[in-house]
Order: sequence, then C-alpha cells, then structure tokens
Amino acid sequence: MKYLDEYRDAALARRLADAVRAATTRPWRIMEVCGGQTHSIVRFGIDGMLPPEITLIHGPGCPVCVTPLETLDRALAIASRPEVIFCSFGDMLRVPGSGRDLFTVKSQGGDVRIVYSPLDALELATKHPDREVVFFAVGFETTAPANGMAVYQAKKLGVRNFSLLVSHVLVPPALEAILSSPQNLVNGFLAAGHVCTVMGFEEYRPIARRYHVPIVVTGFEPVDILQGILLCVKQLEEGRAEVENQYARSVRGEGNTEARRLIAEVFEVVPRKWRGIGAIPMSGLGLRPEYAAFDAERRFAVSAITAEESPECISGLVLQGVKKPAECPAFGTRCTPDAPLGATMVSSEGACAAYYRYRRAS
Amino acid sequence: MTREEFKLICPAPIGERDTIQMAHGGGGRLMRRLIEDVFLPAFHNPALDARHDSAVLDIGGARLAFTTDGYVVSPLFFPGGDIGRLAVFGTVNDLAMAGARPLALSAAFILEEGLPLELLRRVVASMRAAAEDAGVPLVTGDTKVVDRGKGDGVFISTAGVGLVPPGVDVRPARVRPDDAILLSGDVGRHGVAILSVRDGLRFEGAPESDCAPLAGPVGALIESGIEVHCLRDLTRGGLASALNEIAADAALSITVEETAIPVIPAVAGACEILGLDPLYVANEGRFIAFLPAAQAEKAIEVLRGHPFSAGACMIGRAASGSATVTLRGRLGGSRPLDLLSGEQLPRIC
Repeated sequence: MKYLDEYRDAALARRLADAVRAATTRPWRIMEVCGGQTHSIVRFGIDGMLPPEITLIHGPGCPVCVTPLETLDRALAIASRPEVIFCSFGDMLRVPGSGRDLFTVKSQGGDVRIVYSPLDALELATKHPDREVVFFAVGFETTAPANGMAVYQAKKLGVRNFSLLVSHVLVPPALEAILSSPQNLVNGFLAAGHVCTVMGFEEYRPIARRYHVPIVVTGFEPVDILQGILLCVKQLEEGRAEVENQYARSVRGEGNTEARRLIAEVFEVVPRKWRGIGAIPMSGLGLRPEYAAFDAERRFAVSAITAEESPECISGLVLQGVKKPAECPAFGTRCTPDAPLGATMVSSEGACAAYYRYRRAS
Repeated sequence: MTREEFKLICPAPIGERDTIQMAHGGGGRLMRRLIEDVFLPAFHNPALDARHDSAVLDIGGARLAFTTDGYVVSPLFFPGGDIGRLAVFGTVNDLAMAGARPLALSAAFILEEGLPLELLRRVVASMRAAAEDAGVPLVTGDTKVVDRGKGDGVFISTAGVGLVPPGVDVRPARVRPDDAILLSGDVGRHGVAILSVRDGLRFEGAPESDCAPLAGPVGALIESGIEVHCLRDLTRGGLASALNEIAADAALSITVEETAIPVIPAVAGACEILGLDPLYVANEGRFIAFLPAAQAEKAIEVLRGHPFSAGACMIGRAASGSATVTLRGRLGGSRPLDLLSGEQLPRIC
C-alpha cells in the first residue's frame, strides 16, 4: 500500500539498523515521545534491531494515559446525566476513573457513544436539539484543531446544546519537565511527527539549546523511527544538539498555520495535571473566555469534583522513562489489560499495554 | 522539577465486573471467561465440553451436527449483506466447521414494535435468497414482538442441523503438531464494512462484507480426501481470536507469518486510520483449516477452485507447546498474538 509498505520495508529497515550500529560508539538513551511510536517500536520489534548501547525510553505521549483521574470522574458524572449524549474517542471508554469507567456508565443506562471526529458529535447535537451533546476533548496538539473546529462551528451555527470537556495537553512543557527532573536519563528525543505536523518545530529549538539535547521530529513507521534514531545518534556522537526533521513528508517548520490559527482562536494555554506525573505549569489547552459557554465543566458544574490517585503502580515512572513496564512487579500478573492498575495498561498506545500485547512471551 | 513534584501514582483498578459489559460479547477474553464461569459449569456435558462451533451427537449410528446462534447487528443493512444473510450463513458455517453437510435451519424473530413491515420483508427475502445460496431449507420458526425501545429493530436467532459424513472427525483436539494452517481468503472485510456505516464512524471507500456460506468449500475439501483435522470460521475477534481458541482447546502452540496473511488495501487503510489491527477484525465468510502439512498444497488447490475460498493460502504451522499463538513479523521479530479483552476500540490519534 502506497505510503505504508515502503516505510515497512524489511531490507531498508535492516540497512538503517546497520547504519545505527556503525554510528554508535557509546551508550545513549533516546526517548520516543509519542505513544504511537512506542506502539510501532514494540509491534515491529525495532528495539531488538538496535545495538545494545542504544536504549529506547518510552515517553508520556499517550493522551489516554495522561488524562487526570479527576477529569475522568468529571466525564463519568456528566455521562451519567439522562439528558446527555456523551461522545468520546474509543479508547477513552476503558480508562478507569475512581471505581468505574465509561463502559460501566453505558451499561448503567448512560448514553455514551464512540465517535471518530468531534464534528460527528456536533452533528449529533444538531440532530438531537432536545439533548445535551458533550465531546470528551482529550489529546495533544494533534487533535486540538479538530476539537477547536467543532467549538468554532458550534458558536458560528448557534448550536447551544454542544460542549467540550477539555483535557488537552502540550508536548514541549512535558519535555522540559522531564529534562529538568533530577531523575532524567534522556540524552535525545524523537519528537512526535503528527504533533509537529500541526505545530511545526520552532518551539523545540530553545529546548534543544537550553538542555543541549538533540530533538529529531520523527514519523511512526519502522523506517521512520529507525531513521530518526540514526539522526539522533549521529548528533549525540558528534556532540550536536539540534532540531532535525526526519518526517519532512508531513512536517514543515511553521507547521500547519491555519490549524495553529484556529487553536489560538479557540484555546488558551493553561496549567494542566498529567496522570501519573502531576501538575505541569502551562502544559495544557483550555477554552478561551469567548468560548466559555461551550465548556462542559462549567455547564454541568463539575469543577468541584476532585480525586486523589492511590499509590498503586509505577506508571509515573514508566511515563517519565525511568522504568520499563516489565520492571513493575504487577506487570502481566495483577495488572493486565482486563484489569488495569494504571492508564499505561489501558490504552493500546500505553507503554505497558504495548509490552503486554507484544512482549509477554519473551 | 524536583522529585516531589512528580507524583508516581496510578489509578485504582476496576476489579471483577458485576454487570454485563459490551466486551462480554466481543469474542475476546471476557467472553471466554463468561462462558467458562457461567455457562459451562451449569450445562456441562460431553457434547458441550468439546467446545466446537457445533455439537456432534450420535443418533442411531448417524452423527448429527447441531448448532444455534443469535444475530444482532446495527445497522441491519450494510455493504455486502444484512442481518438476514448473516443469520443464515452464520449457522450454516457453524455446521460446516464440524465437517457437516447442513440439512435444515430454524429461525426465531424478535421484532421491535414499530418496525416497518417493508423492512422485515426485505430481511426475509434476503434470508430466503441466502438459504437458496447455501442449499438448505428453513423448516421451522417463531415470532415474538417486544415493546418499542426494547429491541434494535430485528433480532434473529437461528439453529441448524447437519449430517457429519462417515469417517469425518473435525474438532480442536484432532489438531496435530506440525499441522499446516490454511486461511480461506483475505481478512477483515466484514468488520470494516460494518464500521463504515456505523453512526459516528462513517467513511467511504470501504469494502463489502465477506459474508458467505462455507459449506461448499468445506465439502469440497472433505470430498477430495483431505484429512481435515480442525476448522474454525473467523467471526468476532477475527483471525487472532480463532487461532487462540484452537491453540487453547488443542493445547498446542501456533506460529503464523504476518506477510502470509492477506489483507486488501481498503481494509488495511481503514484499519490504519482507525488504529485497528486487521487480525482482530470480524469476518463472516472466512475460515481456517488445520490439516497434515503434506496435504497442504492439494488442499489449497481444492479451495482455490471454489468461489468462496478462491484466496486460500497457507499462513503457518501448529507445533507442540503450550496454547500460545506467535506472529512472525515482517521485519523478522516475533510477538505473541493474544486474545483481546473485548472488542477493539478505535484509537485517538
């Protein structure tokens, strides 16, 4: 298949892996930021193709994994209301809040629906003027333009029975949080290709400079990832710390300017809690005051719902790349995709779920 | 950021579910557990415990295959099929997977108050055509009506009986180490066809459902003298779940080659966009066959001569071992191909 098969070509992948081996003289730890990349690495066995000096660390780029518990509890409260049609991307439905998940709410009578686009949720709102349609707007910069467009359209069309429960997070503040932690192990980053498709990569240059760390904007297929690793290793070996773009077929320096304009129109940068990591200042997006009428947290007065997470598992360490999933004593025994202890086991993009699915035998 | 600022914490788990969830019907691990915890202990008997698609009963020297299945699908009509075709072919296929020649079907209709009669007529006409395609009469039935809002238009339950030819013994326990595993065609069409017309996920360019009666190709295999050890049609949970069921019930390990499993571009593309793995996507007209490796070439030739298995190919081998399924990937590595918890969920990005 065009644009897929050529990036999964076994011979090309092997050549790139050989080039990485030839370029490597010392141990390096490279973090792939995005859960989609983690999924590919484990699914295709890319880490097994690398020389032993290279360690891949799985980053916090799984939106399902980092959505905080209290936001989930707010979602559960809203979804339980009889007048509400609660719409979400599929993999949010299995994430446990305090004691239950959206699937449970559905089985108890809540109208919970999987949609593929927030614009489909907006269409539901126009079809059901007697109901309140709420869309669970989670994700990184990647999903922000479509979510922003839904609110922008709703305002323009005067659709009043539509709102967003927003839990958007941003990549650069998370990278800074990881780099400034005393536990930091990361020597270089593979930045998330589709986040940069929207945002460009100019905002990564100050981070690369300040922390002297190479950042390579990288795609999601095996050949992309191996090429990203090769570029990163070459920088590390040569002592460079630059922003490079492996994913040039999709990413421009300035990103998608129309999408960025829309994000800026609808959203503003706000502090955000990350599940498993904690609060990171100015690390999320919230609706601007002009769009406050579409804020589900206000509309359903759920801001007072807070939740403390119990110290059960090590997903915080996994999300920072300090530990690998298999180093958790509960991994694969007390914590499985059927009964997840942590969000990293729930989402198919979560590092623990990827390891469970693709690595348990070895 | 200081160490204290990172809260190294995680949510409390959700333990055993005390109500039925959609995942209990998803063909994955939760469904298997439901069957093992609730149904098997209650009804336990030798025919049921064989855990095959059909029970095989000895009746006066003849062996009768007997099966039943319920059909709930939304929407009722989808590209390449409808609930009526599924209700006929699904039960015919469960009989075929026991090596049986289908003899007769029953059908029970649960109709929702307010269902347009015209729609019911279309479903019934489609069932009639499907029964003719499969060469099996529908000999008895039942009708119930439920209050509006208590059904999804039409639910259909069909049962079927068939005759297992002398000398044919097709079941998981017959799988032998070193058996070849044949697949009757490309996977994932039905699930993608249904998703393409489901509310909230509509997209264009989807393939038609693969739904088809499989008694023909199975009969051809058996008549050609191939020693078929086990058959399983790929329904909910897709190829990966069927392989896992057989590996568990036969207590053998299975290895399949990723590059040998055909997936048409329309299915591969939709799965990439939705974040689904085609090996777990539902089919309604595909099956796998376990048979001696020495007969694999001949079996493929026989299957390819039949329109419903024209894309037949060999995808892997069984081996002695412990109920595991391994996929050898296109880049050379291997990974476990596990049962999913329930249905696959489209990913965020």
